[in-house]
Amino acid sequence: MANKYHARIYVTLRSSVLDPAGVAVESGIKQMGYQGVTGVRIGKYIELELTATDESDAKTQLDQICDRLLANPVIENYCFELTQLATNH
Amino acid sequence: MKVGIIVFPGSNCDRDMATVTQGILNLPTRMIWHQETDISDIDLVVIPGGFSYGDYLRCGAIARFSPVMNSIINHAKQGKYVLGICNGFQVLTEVGLLPGALIRNRDLHFICDRVPLVVQRNDLLWTSKYQEKQVVTFPIAHGEGRYYADPETLKALEDNNQVIFRYCSAAGEINSENNPNGSLNNIAGIINPQGNVLGMMPHPERASDAAIGATDGKAMFESLLMVNC
Repeated sequence: MANKYHARIYVTLRSSVLDPAGVAVESGIKQMGYQGVTGVRIGKYIELELTATDESDAKTQLDQICDRLLANPVIENYCFELTQLATNH
Repeated sequence: MKVGIIVFPGSNCDRDMATVTQGILNLPTRMIWHQETDISDIDLVVIPGGFSYGDYLRCGAIARFSPVMNSIINHAKQGKYVLGICNGFQVLTEVGLLPGALIRNRDLHFICDRVPLVVQRNDLLWTSKYQEKQVVTFPIAHGEGRYYADPETLKALEDNNQVIFRYCSAAGEINSENNPNGSLNNIAGIINPQGNVLGMMPHPERASDAAIGATDGKAMFESLLMVNC
């Protein structure tokens, strides 16, 4: 039995890594007049669909894909949300 | 010493490199398409600058999974030489042959300039033709060249003397005013602990021909001529 899943993956910079793009965007937000905004950090959002035997298998596959390609563990963290789409018998 | 230059989709310094190794120094040189896997005839693998796979996702991230990369890892494990310049340095960190990462320049600009560097060591194959602490001027051209590593990795690099090039002033002073991209400890180039893998953001191959007005990089390639392979 194979299940199809939809994954929403969030890749964010580790807090120890300076994010100059986030700093630039924060200054833009302040130029707009929102003086109370701080801590802007820019990350990546990735969607994909995958086939797996069950949710645990889907998570294992996603962890490997994220660790090896979608995120660089030296500078980034990731997390994902998984939704089951359909079951194929 | 036979040189192999890896060509990814998006590499753009591959022919500059061949112009130096083959054209100027007369070293046998072969272009290696990234789909190849047999590189056993090669002594020095060069991963050139450019924008492999369009720099999509992260610089060097997708190149890491090209078929030739496993052969390059084995080549390095055998103690043979690997040189990564600019995008090549980014690929070497992504694949784990060198520690750390190259991230967005501190001031967000793509920097295209000629900058002074201090040669930290000259007891290596790569730098034997330079004086220790010699200041050289190499071109840089990158948007993601800020060297980053966690504090333990950085300490290990320094303790093992793995930093080979640092950004500096024309007089050789290493400080934050003379750090174009915000690299930690002004790092511009590092080696692995064994010394056979070198990654650097500056472009010595663009400073090796008097016809284009800069020759400080030529000594790096001339030092390769002294190796008998």
